[in-house]
Amino acid sequence: MTDEVRVYVEEAPGQRREVVAPTDMGLSLMEIMKADGYDIQATCGGMALCGTCHVEVLAGPELPEPSDDELAMLESLPVMTQGSRLSCQIRITPRLDGLVVRLMPQDA
Amino acid sequence: MNSVSTDICIIGAGPVGLFAVFEAGLLKLRCHVVDALPQVGGQLSEIYPKKPIYDIPGFPEVLAGDLVQNLMRQIEPFHPTFTLGERVEGYEKLEDGSFRVTTIDGTEILCKAIAIAGGLGSFEPRKPAIDSLADFEGGKGVYYMVRDPETFRDQRLVIAGGGDSALDWTIFLADVAKEVTLVHRGTTFRGAADSAEKVKNLHEAGKVKLVLSSNVTHVHGNGQLHGVTITANDGTAAQVEADSFIPLFGLTPKLGPIGEWGLELEDDAVKVNTVDYSTSEPGIFAIGDINTYPGKLKLILCGFHEAALMCQGAFKYINPDKKYVLKYTTVNGVPTL
Repeated sequence: MTDEVRVYVEEAPGQRREVVAPTDMGLSLMEIMKADGYDIQATCGGMALCGTCHVEVLAGPELPEPSDDELAMLESLPVMTQGSRLSCQIRITPRLDGLVVRLMPQDA
Repeated sequence: MNSVSTDICIIGAGPVGLFAVFEAGLLKLRCHVVDALPQVGGQLSEIYPKKPIYDIPGFPEVLAGDLVQNLMRQIEPFHPTFTLGERVEGYEKLEDGSFRVTTIDGTEILCKAIAIAGGLGSFEPRKPAIDSLADFEGGKGVYYMVRDPETFRDQRLVIAGGGDSALDWTIFLADVAKEVTLVHRGTTFRGAADSAEKVKNLHEAGKVKLVLSSNVTHVHGNGQLHGVTITANDGTAAQVEADSFIPLFGLTPKLGPIGEWGLELEDDAVKVNTVDYSTSEPGIFAIGDINTYPGKLKLILCGFHEAALMCQGAFKYINPDKKYVLKYTTVNGVPTL
């Protein structure tokens, strides 16, 4: 079993940056993107309470269904798409290898 | 105009700002605390009051809301004063090295030092991406919060959102406004079940219009809002007459006007000297999540440490000729002001 995965952050259409993430540290996608220098506020620290780590999943492996708390937060945001997720609620596991996401804008 | 005179003006009523009141009190310095939110506690009260925190020394586990309550008890002996619900806008440095801080609502705080404890900044309404929305802000028909329900008496209102605020204000304003339309992108509400049920009942009774699977996509008017366009998820659109539009999508933190104060910044945070958490402007200090320095950890307990050292720095700035002698609370107890 691999001990790290590669996820890709789409910074502009067709422009993807690879982020390598360890699978054995219990990190979330929000935490690894923050550690990689992405400007994510994550105000609530990963409790699905603020929506400031909102991402859109563009491609890659199927993810576990969002919890009711995550869905409640997503539904309270002004913009939500079919691929909307809170990156703080996505745990980095081996099955995430190849995931492609983009950060959703926080401002109108 | 409200005018307050104090020793330290603390901007931000989060845990670090509140603890700074205590540390200042030990040095016999008076504090006035300003916050854009209407209640104390910052993120702890606004976002996660019922969540446990595990890394506060002496508390194996403490609810965020309880920590705020304890901090308020701890600072009681020092009688701090508060201006809540007003965002700080600017400051002016006076000839004697003291400051005049002003809020968006015109409150003036005359102080000898400023401590910015603004966390991630002030919480601002999250705005939907609708063209021309800003044209109708400032009393012209678009409101991001309900300050005075009477503003909307006998009006035709469109409220957007699916959270607790949207549900609660729909219920309340149904008895105030002439007509209330609630627009929600989804088909179900995940806010409090009781509130969702009340909205459904009001809809069935004909007191509230409910438009689900839809978004407000345009606003119309000529200087004053006249209506909005509601677009369904299937693309069909309808124009609805409205006197006011209230999008309620929660709050998001912004650095705000402090970012324009001319202080040295790095990555949207205020750079400080870790000797006393002073900023690039003498007499202005920054503590907690809003500051940055090598090795910075955004933890409440680190903010507490910063508050203690900041107060030493503020004491020296305010009293350049006084010698400070460290006194332990175990020996002297808690002094009062």
